[in-house]
Amino acid sequence: MEHVASAVPAWALLAYLVSGVLFILALRGLSSPETSRAGNRNGMIGMGLAVATTLATHEIASLPEIAAAIILGGGVGFIVARRIAMTAMPQLVAAFHSLVGLAAVLVAAAAFLNPQAFGITDASGAIFGASRVEMVLGIAIGAITFSGSVIAFAKLNGNMSGTPILLPARHIINLALLLAIAFFTFGFWHSQSAMDFWIVVGLSFLIGFLLIIPIGGADMPVVVSMLNSYSGWAAAAMGFTLQNTAMIITGALVGSSGAILSYIMCRAMNRSFISVIAGGFGAEAGPAGAAAAIDRPWKRGSAEDAAFLMQNAEKVIIVPGYGMAVAQAQHVLREMGDKLKHQGVDVRYAIHPVAGRMPGHMNVLLAEANVPYDEVFELEDINTDFGQADVAFVIGANDVTNPAAKTDKSSPIYGMPVLDVEKAKTVLFIKRSMGGVGYAGVDNELFYRDNTMMLLADAKKMVEEIVKSMD
Amino acid sequence: MDFISILSIFVLACFVGYYVVWSVTPALHTPLMAVTNAISSVIIVGALIASLAAGSGVAKWLGLVAVALASVNIFGGFAVTQRMLAMYKKKEKKG
Repeated sequence: MEHVASAVPAWALLAYLVSGVLFILALRGLSSPETSRAGNRNGMIGMGLAVATTLATHEIASLPEIAAAIILGGGVGFIVARRIAMTAMPQLVAAFHSLVGLAAVLVAAAAFLNPQAFGITDASGAIFGASRVEMVLGIAIGAITFSGSVIAFAKLNGNMSGTPILLPARHIINLALLLAIAFFTFGFWHSQSAMDFWIVVGLSFLIGFLLIIPIGGADMPVVVSMLNSYSGWAAAAMGFTLQNTAMIITGALVGSSGAILSYIMCRAMNRSFISVIAGGFGAEAGPAGAAAAIDRPWKRGSAEDAAFLMQNAEKVIIVPGYGMAVAQAQHVLREMGDKLKHQGVDVRYAIHPVAGRMPGHMNVLLAEANVPYDEVFELEDINTDFGQADVAFVIGANDVTNPAAKTDKSSPIYGMPVLDVEKAKTVLFIKRSMGGVGYAGVDNELFYRDNTMMLLADAKKMVEEIVKSMD
Repeated sequence: MDFISILSIFVLACFVGYYVVWSVTPALHTPLMAVTNAISSVIIVGALIASLAAGSGVAKWLGLVAVALASVNIFGGFAVTQRMLAMYKKKEKKG
């Protein structure tokens, strides 16, 4: 197969390869916080190199417009990145995913409309067969990424309810759509028919939308990771079309990164990837369990009790969850931790992999509040320490602490790895009220244990009061 | 480049990605997503090619819009990653 694109000079091919390697180093740097900042710089250099190489190897017919587009887009991105609250990071990432998806759609559409510019036509002006498949795959994955991310953004940002929307026969509808996409992809490969091309685009937008609406709020970490992966595969497919190594390497990196994160999130919930995608988690479990549970005896504590218990403890483990993010309680929580440390208490933080709305969400919030990262531990590193802890302080987490996951086979969260907070001498559990249940819609055994003290209030207000009581 | 060479690069890059991503510390998973977002916007290369080319006017404009969208991601993604990474501090130097 003789491609016109191979007219790209050898130095440019090398430059794209170098930028691909720089992207690998950008991710490699993230293996520890010390090396991560240098890694990020490598990523920026790689991107600059890729853009400069592209500009240097093409005849530039429209520089002012391109400069304007970069300045406009870059300015918006930069301002948003500077201003966004750390608690809103999941929505921001979802929004960014949707932009990558849309950009992939536009690039693939441009390649279809002007294939000569991309060097993917034969002598008669027809697009190469392989390129047809690559571009239609790129546009389909891009479109799914776009519409799926828009829905994920709306759910995370609260523009849309986090409860799953379940269409009847949704699996059959989705399957039919997938088959239709495959059929029209084949049609486009066969005849380069413009109609087939645009039908695939339309159906892909639709299936992206339908795939995400039935997925509930608690499964959002998986969805965000999955869309991350898709945006990578879309970039890789376009890399094949353009025969560009930087795009292919990046696409493969991002695609595997998102896939691994989805896997880690699914494992942390003991759910199969298929069941997350099939959706509906948290919709079926009715309020019946919660209503019955109110009648059981439980203990209520005050801020003073909590302050007293923790000041007299040797070891305190703090378990933050999404509720901490919602209440913006991370700063006052760190203040509380500092006070305890000054009094010689050993304070550590335990983070469940699915705490929050995206992988690593809690770690970023604690880092924002100046909690040193070496006081923050992952589930497997700290779980055995709860037995020696005097106080487990649960703030805004619920399902990830539920002992029913270990014992109750009928529980929807059975088998999910949980933090063994009940093994601490005392559990302090902050919650708005006794009525509500976690995102999985199940009651938490922990509330009714003898060693549990419920602190019913807004998380931020409660911690503020505890801090006051410590003086 | 023929299809097989490109496929080889892709498959090897998938393996590199697999091992590199598993070595990322879970504490940095959010910055990981932000930075993968930024680098996947290398799709700007395709957008630039479309918008540089003479010829089809529609394709050029699609390319320009794609350049703008990818730029949002590139600048936004790297900037927000940098902002997050700057917050990760060790015990000794407390802020």
